[in-house]
Amino acid sequence: METVTVTMKTQPVLFLEADNISPDAFAGKTAADIASLHAYEGREQTTLGKYFDVSGDAGATAADTRIVVKGDVSRVKYIGMKMSAGEVVIEKDADMYVGAWMQGGKLIAKGSVDAFAGIGMKGGELLIEGNAGNYLGAAYRGDWRGMQGGLIRVKGNAGSDIAYFMNGGTIIVEGDVDVHVATHAEGGRVIIKGNAKSKVGGQMVEGEIVVFGGIDVMMPGFKFVKDEELEIDGTTAKFSLFHGDLGERHPKRKGQIVYGKLYQKI
Amino acid sequence: MTKTVSDVICPFCGTLCDDLEVVVSDDGKTIVDVYNACAIGAAKFMHAQAKDRVKRPRMQQADGSYKEVSYDEAVEYTAQMFAKAKKPLMYGWSSTSCEAQSVGHEIAEKAGAIVDNTATVCHGTTLIAVQDVGIPSCTLGEVKNRADRIVFWGCNPTHAHPRHQSRYSIFPRGFFMNKGHKSRKVVVVDPRVTDTAKMADIHFQVEQGRDYELLSALRVAVRNEKLPDVVAGIPKEKIYEAAEILKSGRFGIIFFGMGVTQTLSKNHNIDEAIMLTKDLNEFTKFSIMAMRGHYNVTGSGQVLGWQFGYPFCVDLSRGFARYNPGETTSNDLLRRGEVDAVFVLGSDPGAHFPISSVKKISQLPSVCVDPHITPTSEVSKLHVPVAFVGVEVGGNCYRMDNVPIDARKVVDPPEGVLTDHEFLTRVNKRLGELMGAA
Amino acid sequence: MTTEYIIKNGFVFDPVQGIKGDKADVAVKDGKIVKSTEVSSKAKVIDAAGKTVMAGAVEIHAHIAGPKVNEGRNYRPEDKLFTYTPKKKGSRMAGGFSIPTTFKTGYEYAKMGYTTCMEAAMPPLFARHVHEEIKDTPIIDEGAYPVFGNNWFVMEYLKNGEIENAAAYVAWLLNSTKGYAVKVVNPGGTEAWGWGLNCLTVNDPVPYFDITPAEIMTGLMKTNEYLGLPHSMHVHQNSLGNPGNYTVTLDSLKLAEGIKAKNTFGRETVLHSTHIQFHSYGGDNWGNFESKSKEVMDYVNRQKNITVDTGCVTLDETTTMTADGPFEHHLTELNHLKWANVDVELETAAGIVPYVYSPDIKVCEIQWAIGLEIALMTKDPMRTFITTDHPNAGPFIRYPRIFSWLMSAEARRDRIESFKHSAKMVEATHLAGMDREISLYELAQMTRAGPAKSLGLASVYGGLAPGMDADVAVYNFNPEKSYKPAEIEKAFSAAAFVMKTGTPVVIDGEIVSNGNKRTIWVNAKVNENPQVMRDIKEKFLKYYSVTQGNYDVTKHFLSGNPRVIEVDATT
Repeated sequence: METVTVTMKTQPVLFLEADNISPDAFAGKTAADIASLHAYEGREQTTLGKYFDVSGDAGATAADTRIVVKGDVSRVKYIGMKMSAGEVVIEKDADMYVGAWMQGGKLIAKGSVDAFAGIGMKGGELLIEGNAGNYLGAAYRGDWRGMQGGLIRVKGNAGSDIAYFMNGGTIIVEGDVDVHVATHAEGGRVIIKGNAKSKVGGQMVEGEIVVFGGIDVMMPGFKFVKDEELEIDGTTAKFSLFHGDLGERHPKRKGQIVYGKLYQKI
Repeated sequence: MTKTVSDVICPFCGTLCDDLEVVVSDDGKTIVDVYNACAIGAAKFMHAQAKDRVKRPRMQQADGSYKEVSYDEAVEYTAQMFAKAKKPLMYGWSSTSCEAQSVGHEIAEKAGAIVDNTATVCHGTTLIAVQDVGIPSCTLGEVKNRADRIVFWGCNPTHAHPRHQSRYSIFPRGFFMNKGHKSRKVVVVDPRVTDTAKMADIHFQVEQGRDYELLSALRVAVRNEKLPDVVAGIPKEKIYEAAEILKSGRFGIIFFGMGVTQTLSKNHNIDEAIMLTKDLNEFTKFSIMAMRGHYNVTGSGQVLGWQFGYPFCVDLSRGFARYNPGETTSNDLLRRGEVDAVFVLGSDPGAHFPISSVKKISQLPSVCVDPHITPTSEVSKLHVPVAFVGVEVGGNCYRMDNVPIDARKVVDPPEGVLTDHEFLTRVNKRLGELMGAA
Repeated sequence: MTTEYIIKNGFVFDPVQGIKGDKADVAVKDGKIVKSTEVSSKAKVIDAAGKTVMAGAVEIHAHIAGPKVNEGRNYRPEDKLFTYTPKKKGSRMAGGFSIPTTFKTGYEYAKMGYTTCMEAAMPPLFARHVHEEIKDTPIIDEGAYPVFGNNWFVMEYLKNGEIENAAAYVAWLLNSTKGYAVKVVNPGGTEAWGWGLNCLTVNDPVPYFDITPAEIMTGLMKTNEYLGLPHSMHVHQNSLGNPGNYTVTLDSLKLAEGIKAKNTFGRETVLHSTHIQFHSYGGDNWGNFESKSKEVMDYVNRQKNITVDTGCVTLDETTTMTADGPFEHHLTELNHLKWANVDVELETAAGIVPYVYSPDIKVCEIQWAIGLEIALMTKDPMRTFITTDHPNAGPFIRYPRIFSWLMSAEARRDRIESFKHSAKMVEATHLAGMDREISLYELAQMTRAGPAKSLGLASVYGGLAPGMDADVAVYNFNPEKSYKPAEIEKAFSAAAFVMKTGTPVVIDGEIVSNGNKRTIWVNAKVNENPQVMRDIKEKFLKYYSVTQGNYDVTKHFLSGNPRVIEVDATT
């Protein structure tokens, strides 16, 4: 695997859209080719080279390409957008849309990321060592097909509206989350190791939410079913299982109504 | 001798009453009286007559004072601002005609601007909810003719849309509703005992921030599933009772306002209310409608829709249109420092936006196009006064139920004052020259 | 400015003149087709050697402008995601897939060689909105059909057999809304939807109004011929989309028996049955769902006073939208996708639901086959037109793909073989056994001359005879060569050259001009009718939510140079 290092040298006046910082766009290119890839600041179409020092040539394919993003990229959007393979490491905080519409490969954000990280995610692994903003692993506006697959792990806290319209895959938040978890979910699994506030699992059709900490206010449409011992992400403990959202439609399979599942650690 | 102009459209709220009669002086220059309008609507017409109206553009000076400039200078400043900006914000559009909006959008395409309207601080969350789950709705005449169940959720039309209840919702006699308000049941959900709540058969004083839970509970009750004893401060018996009332009507409607669109859960509140409406259609006929605020905010969403495909916060910066509230919405752009120029027309963010956003406007190259001196004009580098749409110039507008109504001109604007359509057209032409040269 | 052109040496297909691929020149002067001898030596020469030349195509039924189309756009941001074409100099930004923006609509039609389009359902109260969008749709000439089939005035007059009053009202409404034709959608059923109900056969009485769908359709056909409007009544029958609905379709079509066309526009038909694919279903549930295209087309082929359009399924993710309000509610109950609905006071309703026509779902595969069968079973291509009921069965940008399926049995075979349920699909349909391939001449009939004639516009659109509008499309398609299906699709997707009213608008598949579009509407004059005028006044006072004075669509909403079709029905 070849490593390309891109180091921020000039901050944008506004924000930089750098959807070309992805193994797919870099694949098969030399450092000079990469520096001439497009980047956008407002309506100005410029190049990555205007803002970043680029060193190292990419591998022949996305899978053979590793990108290390250095410097202050807190005003850079879309890093790793649509990446299908390879690896991206962002050493400091990044702005919105980190790993948006990601399909494969691995993206490690060592700092925090702003909103819309991993939206429309289909596959791959997104690891955020700091905090994540709102709409983590959510659907794009209007789409009923949210996160389809892959894994998102956040070591810190996450914002509101995570896993919105989730259909598949896994999101693990090791800290706390804000309101609205897995609203409209029809699949997938969200694990919250810390506390949740309220509006957890609202309008959920199917899928799973696991909360290790407290939930300030339960949704009225969740009914207690039973207590169960489970092993979740390396922790074995007893959980209360709730079915919901009873206000929402639910499909029937093999004569049984399928509900969304909410587990809360006892 | 005076003359009376009839079928006049009221350029105040989204109710867009179109039955006003305005008495004007013989020379067609002065409004003498306004009939049929509510107090706010009438004041809107009379206000156009204010003697202290600004009639020429004004440029902010280094000391903060304003100096009169010509429209030519104003056009030049505005076009130059757009030509230099990398990402200008064009905000407002809710108190102007669709024709003017359309010219604004041509400018926006050239300048790579973001076009956002007042939905961004109002019913934008409704638009998000509609994108997520759709919306079963109807025109206001359907409510008048058929509705026997009326719900007002988080809105107070008695004060915000004063003629709504008499023209469409509670009182009018309609084709199948010839007993007027006697044939209707009214439910109001509001933490406060508003004047609208005082007219209700049922008033739910919902706990603040728990509308989402209460709406969800109503959906649970409509499906006859089990509820906790109390939800959002309302005992479950009351919730089951309300669900029965809604299900037993022949035609129901939920009207909702900023009490649910801009409080905790925002779009999700509307989403859940829409889903409740959808559920009720398995039992009877039910609709839901946003109580849109500005008289033509709906029109801005329509024109943006057919030209770019999104109803607000449309980002044209990269030569194609993108949309994502939370990113491309005015306050997020201003808060984060994503824009480098601000153009405001047909709204007053100085009065409605958070102070942090208003400060940003004051620090950037900025133009405010407004008939009046407003908090926004006072922080903008350039204030361009224009004719009043709906009073001094006509143009198409869309009512809260999306019905298009062509606003009328009643009197002439003060001599030499441009309409916003004329001003925008001149800016567009000049910008074309500047960008073509670039 | 050049006003003279000569399009030289192309293979010309023009049903109006009966030209079937002869090498010929098409001359143009001042926006009209002229004899080759009438242009000077200065005429700009367009070399069409080795290419196919046809008149600009005519779209008879698409939902491209107005409130429900725009709600579709606004409520589907995901339809635009990654589908936008960046702005080019001289053209506007263009985006959207199944419900493109107005600019994209004009551009994409023009690129395929379409130059005239009819918006298929205009709610009268929203007519101003429809016209605002039409005005913002570049290049193509456009008209819109106001809906009448659930209108309170119409139902009240027809219940009493008052054809003359119905005609006066229709004329008034066409004038007020600047409409083109009498459109009927789920007659009676949409009014029933005001109470959450529906009319699923032609004999289901409409709640309160006490009239049947059959009476509404018959009455409106008579009203249409009383007025002598250019187009026939244009109907979307009851029970759209339901298994077994072909009997309702036949019941509806039979209503035209004995009714004679009466007009001065050369139209010989009295009923246009639209997107008939959706109405040609057998079986009584989705399990035994099957094609009844043969039963329907056997009748259509015999009954000469009927035209139909196909409503071909394109197998895409799309956005369904129709004034058939109860149908869209039914659909959202089936697929659970987001549902928008608007009931319009005294007039109509509309609903919208996204839909994914998947090649992995048996029902979708069968629907796809039925649409093509309709076209392939026709014995009269002048009465059978190709549509997708855009965007309902698929977006109009897929016409070239449909042409490839119709023009190539190989293309159909390839498609059938790659279906998930191909064996079951073949069993439930006729398509696999059909080897007919639509010729270019037939294609010109089904997309040009035929729809133009049905619309009563045969003297200006759909042909290349001298005196007609100079709407011309040239395709990179040599009829003397054989083409792979994908090549057929490519040739018709991006025309080599398109001219609209004498102005080149597309060159080598690229938009070069925003054209000189015209709004088309019908101004029908009737005898003064104080009764109807009084009824209108009363309904506005009591039941509408706007005043009568604010209902009329004024001229400034129309494109610069509207084409008004004058009809004189005074006696």
